[in-house]
Amino acid sequence: MLEARDLACLRGERVVFSGLSFRLAPGGALLLVGANGAGKSTLLRLLAGLLRPEAGALLWGGADALADRAAHAARLRYLSHQDALKPALTARENLQFFARLWGGEVEAALAALDLLPLAELPARVLSSGQKRRLALARLALAPAPLWLLDEPTVGLDAASVGRLGGLLARHREAGGMVLAATHLPLPLPGAGELRL
Amino acid sequence: MRDPTDRPDGIPPSPAAAGGWTHASNRGGGAAPHRPAGDGTGSPNAERPAMAAWLALLARELRLALRHPADTLAAVLFFVLVAALFPFGVGPAPETLARLAPGALLAAALLAALLPLDRMFGADAEDGTLDQLLLSGLAPAAVALAKAAAHWLTTGLPLLLATPVAAAMLNLPVEAWPAAMAALGLAAGFLSLLGTAGAALTLGARRGGVLLPLLVLPLAIPAVIFGAAGIEAASAGLEARPYLLLLAALVAAALPLAPLAAGAALRVE
Repeated sequence: MLEARDLACLRGERVVFSGLSFRLAPGGALLLVGANGAGKSTLLRLLAGLLRPEAGALLWGGADALADRAAHAARLRYLSHQDALKPALTARENLQFFARLWGGEVEAALAALDLLPLAELPARVLSSGQKRRLALARLALAPAPLWLLDEPTVGLDAASVGRLGGLLARHREAGGMVLAATHLPLPLPGAGELRL
Repeated sequence: MRDPTDRPDGIPPSPAAAGGWTHASNRGGGAAPHRPAGDGTGSPNAERPAMAAWLALLARELRLALRHPADTLAAVLFFVLVAALFPFGVGPAPETLARLAPGALLAAALLAALLPLDRMFGADAEDGTLDQLLLSGLAPAAVALAKAAAHWLTTGLPLLLATPVAAAMLNLPVEAWPAAMAALGLAAGFLSLLGTAGAALTLGARRGGVLLPLLVLPLAIPAVIFGAAGIEAASAGLEARPYLLLLAALVAAALPLAPLAAGAALRVE
């Protein structure tokens, strides 16, 4: 159970958001919507523990989630705007590094996003949609209970959105939680909506 | 496409995993049934020992350096070229050159080792890798130490191998070459550690590439003093060991301190 109580965030002198509260139960999903600059990405970075909240608390199972940031990092997967790929490494090598960090099967993760035909290509020659798929393939490595996704479907074709939908559905069936910032419709049936 | 539900490692659905996730005492990715749960350390990443993750990061840094050998080559060529400028500037008198050689070698090597530093964290910060590294379960200081180790292996070590070439151009007596290589290896290690802290501190700063040498080079002065004194002693037929030991002490002091400083700087972003 993830719970946010009265979260506030400042960037410089500007209040990005304040008094933000929500709860997310296992298997639940929450869509973050709002105009550009409303603070969706900032909220995701804050939930990942990469930013400190100015006020409020983030609770995981009733305890302060950010007290032990390494433990918090271990229970989440964060997909940022950037794909965090190294252009010089092949698709498989990019994924292998994360498999060594988290565990999981590289081949299965590549297959889950239909990347096996591209596995030996360096990431720099992949198209932006293919890079996004490779970033998403990280989600199919070892399971983690909380997924924080920043515009996960940008640049994806319909078939890939469908594959992501399968991943999301299996993740939620197993009790995983999803928070996704998006402007596009996402395959997340029954997801709540948090307007920033 | 294979149906991912039938994969052997049993990615969800698994009732045990679902149960575990609702608990406050999380077990990281401990849902995969084929993997023994934990090695007794009780840390969230217990099944992925931190050492394996650290080595994975170091291996990736080295692989990236091998794919982009230009950075290493540029540093080595810079070192050799700066050493080659001295005979033109000072004149080819062998004694004068030999007198200058220890200091010139150290200064050229440290400047060359600075070259790749400003992209050390910059590239990772731009492509989002740094966020993933900070969320990898490794302490930020461990990430910094891996970066420093990779910098030494891809810049310090090649400089050390190029030392005889530069030493020959500066007319350094052959007896002093081993001492010169030891001094340069240690001094480059010291600079790798300091430079990692400097690179982390200047990350995101405007003109960070200019700020970095201004921050790091003054701190590297002790390494120049002891390194040059060691080489000079060896070329005079004296014992270089005491100076090299002092240099090693500098490295030993920086080994825990610099990564901690760099880790704290990365956290603050």
